[in-house]
Amino acid sequence: MSALVDIQGLSRSFGRSPVLDRIDLRIEAGEFVALLGRSGSGKSTLLRVLAGLDEADAGRVTLPKRRSIVFQEPRLMPWKSVAANIALGVPNARASGAVALALDDVELSHRSEAWPLTLSGGEAQRAALARALVREPELLLLDEPFASLDALTRLRMQGLVRELWRKHQPAVLLVTHDVWEAVTLADRILVLEDGRFRREVHVALNHPRRRTDPHAAALEAELLAELGVEQADHHQHHNPHSERIEP
Amino acid sequence: MADPQRLERLSEAEAKPVRRFGKWRVGASLLRLLSPLAILVLWQLASLTGVLTPHILASPLDIAKTGARLVASGELVTGLGVSFLRVLAGFAIALVVGIALALAAGLSRVGDILVDPPIQMLKAMPFLGLLPLFILWYGIGEAPKIGMVAFGSVFPIYLTLHGGIRGVDRKLIEAGRTLGLNTFGIIRHVVIPGALPSLLVGVRYGLSIAWLSLVVAEQINASSGIGSIITYARDFLQTDVIVVCLIVYALMGLLTDALVRLIEAHTLRWRSW
Repeated sequence: MSALVDIQGLSRSFGRSPVLDRIDLRIEAGEFVALLGRSGSGKSTLLRVLAGLDEADAGRVTLPKRRSIVFQEPRLMPWKSVAANIALGVPNARASGAVALALDDVELSHRSEAWPLTLSGGEAQRAALARALVREPELLLLDEPFASLDALTRLRMQGLVRELWRKHQPAVLLVTHDVWEAVTLADRILVLEDGRFRREVHVALNHPRRRTDPHAAALEAELLAELGVEQADHHQHHNPHSERIEP
Repeated sequence: MADPQRLERLSEAEAKPVRRFGKWRVGASLLRLLSPLAILVLWQLASLTGVLTPHILASPLDIAKTGARLVASGELVTGLGVSFLRVLAGFAIALVVGIALALAAGLSRVGDILVDPPIQMLKAMPFLGLLPLFILWYGIGEAPKIGMVAFGSVFPIYLTLHGGIRGVDRKLIEAGRTLGLNTFGIIRHVVIPGALPSLLVGVRYGLSIAWLSLVVAEQINASSGIGSIITYARDFLQTDVIVVCLIVYALMGLLTDALVRLIEAHTLRWRSW
């Protein structure tokens, strides 16, 4: 069976410096993949190619037709109500009740007629998620979608994404630089560095994955080391969730 | 001009001296009418004592009486109707042409290269100085007046919409593309609504220029409209009639501006929260 996403020898360069260097990537239907990498590692470029916003210089790219993306910013049209934003680009979505279902999925039904500028950061990002899901994507691309949210909202959003993934079963490619986020959510973690995949980890841990689970913590430490972050003390995570409680 | 935040700051700045009066805020805004009223009283006194002759400037009371007479006789209303139609026709032309050109220049590189340079050059020209040419081309009928109105107000419409289209957030256009919108859909759902605030600023500015162009064009030769009333009044040294007509021009300018602001408040309600 052919994979949902099949990329072979993908290269992309800006000027002389290659950003992506002969990358191979396969994603199966329904798979949850996290893509880790430092800034400048090429992960956003890869995602833009997958979203159809950027062209590859070389390589073979096979993609499913139905793709959606959620960006770091909600990117809602401020002149359209939340419901109208979700209906955008999906003919008859409002009439068929798909918008109402999507709003219900992200627990935003009560804000359906609100203007985007009146939403909180978490609400706006949930609306963006609903707008992506209403298209019933086979591939859902998430470009650091929780990065600009506060820590508590981020935890809720991560739970919501996981739940909706189980419900709708799209393949997910989550780009993040939050290692713990990748460990809690993904089936498979890829580490991108200088335009090449440096590491691939299949995460076989049970859900929900907690920090107290030594396997999960060990994996996190390992990936952090891979990204060049050395942990002096086991408790001293780089992660903002725990930093708050450190004295 | 139409930026609500700027307007807010403006009103804050205006409110500052008023705040000193504390709970006397209503009294304070009445106080602001004091000096204009004083000027009116002084003006009236100057006319009564003969310092200001009616040939230079009629007294406020005479102007008010003349205004009432012109309204009652229907002369003013008829003239206003004609002038208003000229502005309407000229501005409608400017709106269509300005929006078409701005879309052409704002949405395509080729359009920008072809359309923008000549408009920027024409813009540099003092358009009121074109009146003699317009009269040569179109004679002394309605065409040169409507043409002047259209020519004068097309630039603010073009310039603000062009800038507005250029200023639409690229990230929103990208988001639109990922939602599967085609070019037409992007223009309709992203570019036009995104550029609308700028366009409405241009419309307000264009309307003020439209009335200005009309005043100038009607002075030169007009057999109807407010301009012709002014021309007759000038020949008979009726300064009271002239001032009444000027006030009418000002009121029409304010009225059309208020109309656009009403449209603005409705269409841009997404950002007034």
